[in-house]
Amino acid sequence: MAVTPSQRIDVLKTYKLFIGGAFPRSESGRVYSVKDSKGNHLANPSLASRKDLRDAVVAARSAFPAWSAATAYNRGQILYRMAEMLEGRSEQLVTEIIALEGVTVKSATEQVQESVDLLVWYAGWSDKIATIAGSTNPVSGPYYNFSTPEPIGVVAIFAAAKPSLLNFVGALAGVITSGNTAIIVASEKYPLPAITFSEIMATSDLPAGVVNVLTGSATELVPWAASHMDIDAIDASGLTSKQLKEAQLAGVANLKRIRVHTQSKAPERILNYMETKTVWHPIGI
Amino acid sequence: MITDTSEGSLKAFLKTLPQVDEVGASARAAMLATRSIKTSSKAWAIDMAISMVDLTTLEGADTPGKVRAICAKAVRPDATDLSVPSVGAVCVYNDMVHIARTSLDLIGGRAIPVAAVATAFPSGRASYAVKAQDTIDAINAGAAEIDMVIDRGAFLSGRYGEVFDEIVKIKELCGDKAHLKVILETGELVTLDNVRKASYLAMLAGADFIKTSTGKVTPAATAPVVFVMLEAVRDYYSMTQTRIGVKPAGGIRNTKDAIKQLVLVNEVAGPEWLNPQLFRIGASALLNDLLLQRMKLRDGYYASPSYVTLD
Repeated sequence: MAVTPSQRIDVLKTYKLFIGGAFPRSESGRVYSVKDSKGNHLANPSLASRKDLRDAVVAARSAFPAWSAATAYNRGQILYRMAEMLEGRSEQLVTEIIALEGVTVKSATEQVQESVDLLVWYAGWSDKIATIAGSTNPVSGPYYNFSTPEPIGVVAIFAAAKPSLLNFVGALAGVITSGNTAIIVASEKYPLPAITFSEIMATSDLPAGVVNVLTGSATELVPWAASHMDIDAIDASGLTSKQLKEAQLAGVANLKRIRVHTQSKAPERILNYMETKTVWHPIGI
Repeated sequence: MITDTSEGSLKAFLKTLPQVDEVGASARAAMLATRSIKTSSKAWAIDMAISMVDLTTLEGADTPGKVRAICAKAVRPDATDLSVPSVGAVCVYNDMVHIARTSLDLIGGRAIPVAAVATAFPSGRASYAVKAQDTIDAINAGAAEIDMVIDRGAFLSGRYGEVFDEIVKIKELCGDKAHLKVILETGELVTLDNVRKASYLAMLAGADFIKTSTGKVTPAATAPVVFVMLEAVRDYYSMTQTRIGVKPAGGIRNTKDAIKQLVLVNEVAGPEWLNPQLFRIGASALLNDLLLQRMKLRDGYYASPSYVTLD
């Protein structure tokens, strides 16, 4: 007997975390309720614990050597591949954005398209940033002296809320295009596009652990991320001023770099998470 | 227990050992691994584990410089925290023993023994003359512990007498100058029954310690294997009133694994074995993770591998 549509039981998606290339549930087993723009229950994503954060840092740190040593060209290709994948999944993201943010179809579609373009824009930066931000320096001595920007290491990102996908993609692409690895805590209120985007990353040749996505409460995770000695920088764009202050206080132990951005499309998104290395090379010997 | 150590009598004795219930042993070991050890118990366990580490470097690329670095770390695992205990021993190849001994003596590590792997480690495939010379060399260079490998080929072919006699002879060479650890290389013994048999063979032949693996073969120190070996030393103690030590080696890379081992020791062999004289962990990467976990407990925030030495 054929099953009519009304008889079929819905297969609902379990929204999970993205750590080390896998999609685990929170080790705490917790979830929280996300509401749509009208206040109705929409989904139960994982409520990440500090242990999940720690696992994500371990994954990010172990992915760092290979990702930062990959050629800039290769990193650019992979970011471009993410853009291709995002293009193909745009319909699903448009649906999620409309449900969460309550925007029009047109506005949601524009946001997704803008996110695709943003990925392409950051992909292009990967092999140009060293040319723009690096230099050969005049020195009075028999040395060839040059400075190049290098990725800082593991960056924790607290993504800003709306527009959810654009903020998420912009923060992430700027950080990883230079060779950093990232732990990104999605907006607590609008996490679904971030989770769907994790599925895009998982199928874009992005090595496991380069980007790790947590969903849950920024308030809960901020002190642990800020004091974690193995996180080198924090993009605090999504934090409240109180949370930012807390992060700055807890982050002094390893002189953590903490930055806030207002634009998704800006070279500072890349440069703020790089450090300049200067090399003196003797000449004439 | 047995007085006649001829091949026939050894075989007869080993046959009397009860068979290991593989499923039961794995289940029991897995169940004990779920114990949650936190806060002050964890702090105690980390320090205990550090003092049990046989800090090991067994690479073809070992240099005197690397051995000296390992020795410095053995004495003061964390240079920024003097309350961290020294490790149990430094474990190196034969030709590095002298360098390890002298550098330990120079930097206040007189109490830390040097363990040498001997008898054609890791395969054990050499003539007895070579194995004996290997052992004598190491002892003369200052090794206080000899980690010998058994002849797995002979054991698996059922030539127990040969394996037994070799251990007895190496034990004689060690005399009272060195402790003898016998490496069973459980990854090549196939079954837990064989692990039990080999454990008894080594203990009867005079081993001071039985050690799981060389670290060159996987699987190495799995929980069921360590479980069976701990049972063996416990039962041997009840038969002979002699306590034999156990040393798992290989594959124990983080604090969680190490604490699981300590739980096994406490629950299977008993708390008497919870000391570096009777339980050691052969490891290299483990020590850094123990130090990081120790920092986390001390400081209250997560530590970074950038703050411990690379080795």
